[in-house]
Amino acid sequence: MNGAHDLGGMDGFGPIDASSTPHFPNEWERQVFALTLACGFQGKWNLDQSRFAREQMEPGHYLTSTYYEHWLHGLEALLLKQGIVSEQELREGKADAEGKYTPVAKEKVSAILEKGAPVSIEAETNPEYSVGDQVRLINQHPTSHTRLPRYLRGRHGKIIHYHGAHIYPDVHSRDGKKQPAHLYTIAFDAAEVWGSYEAKAKDRIMVDVFEPYIEQIV
Amino acid sequence: MTENHPHHHHDAPISDIEARVKRLEQLLVEKGLVDPATMDELVDTYENRVGPRNGARVVARAWTDPDYKRRLLSDATAAIMEMGYAGRQGEHMQVVENTAEVHNMVVCTLCSCYPWPVLGLPPTWYKASSYRARAVKEPRAVLQDFGVELDPQVRIEVWDSTAEVRYLVLPMRPEGTEDLDQDALAKLVNRDAMIGTGLVVTT
Repeated sequence: MNGAHDLGGMDGFGPIDASSTPHFPNEWERQVFALTLACGFQGKWNLDQSRFAREQMEPGHYLTSTYYEHWLHGLEALLLKQGIVSEQELREGKADAEGKYTPVAKEKVSAILEKGAPVSIEAETNPEYSVGDQVRLINQHPTSHTRLPRYLRGRHGKIIHYHGAHIYPDVHSRDGKKQPAHLYTIAFDAAEVWGSYEAKAKDRIMVDVFEPYIEQIV
Repeated sequence: MTENHPHHHHDAPISDIEARVKRLEQLLVEKGLVDPATMDELVDTYENRVGPRNGARVVARAWTDPDYKRRLLSDATAAIMEMGYAGRQGEHMQVVENTAEVHNMVVCTLCSCYPWPVLGLPPTWYKASSYRARAVKEPRAVLQDFGVELDPQVRIEVWDSTAEVRYLVLPMRPEGTEDLDQDALAKLVNRDAMIGTGLVVTT
């Protein structure tokens, strides 16, 4: 979706505050981080669904709130959508009915984190493209979750790496289905993306692109 | 969570968002979805145990062990796992090498993708709008915000982490460090150098 999260190339934010701050300036941010990961362990939604939940924040609100408020919004939205909590329960901070879930125990955390969740998956087709191919990204603007940033749509680039097939986020976010899509890294000349570009050097932008986002140049 | 964190301010007035999060935590604990001890364990992991010191050890080994560097550049996930670092948000790793000709820099314009097992959680600026918006469009101006000025002839390659591949920059080893061992080298390597918004320097 063309949400406020798709920030590449936007102007006006001002300089970067590179000073070192703690991960969690406030206790509530620490709580939101831990609640989000701990709820994720229940397996009621996947990573792409949790990204999409954050992306659906109203753009003005997204841009004026801090990072963990995005996470909080996403977590509440997912809990409501899955029918795990009700609006009233969220307002009151109290459960209507006795809990029917079992929390993941502390002792299991390190094994879960160390295992991670690899997204490589067996391909169902042969890759359409090869390293060295010149390609163009499609121009599409779905209202659902996608990992094709706006600033690259319709742009020409060169495939520099093939990663095998990974779970396709667009479908994974929609219905949880693990559909494979070939994944490539594509190099884009900065001047191709931004038009005039000041640097003398041939700066490039390298982006991981799923095969459905690519079209052959005819 | 249990209240044993040093940053917890008991005296400050409770804001709307603090109250909202408190209600949510109470509700989820009551529902049996989360256990406060599990939450503490998660926070402790990423606040105290997993961080950029891991990545620095990988970099220092690559600087001193040519075979390891070769493995790291060809299969970073396996090479990093050799050092004992693996898992969540580092399942598919790639290492990109800075040279006299090319400087690499990593961003996630769409969210905040970052290689947790080697760098820990991302710094605040990495997740903020300004870095995410500008890194791809004006990387040289962004580097100036970090006090880094590159030769105009050096090519910048900005890696936008749009899929589940996570990128770690292998910085250039500074001159005059030939006598240092891996431990001493690892101490020189800072987090920003492994994101590509900094360099490794000896002073």
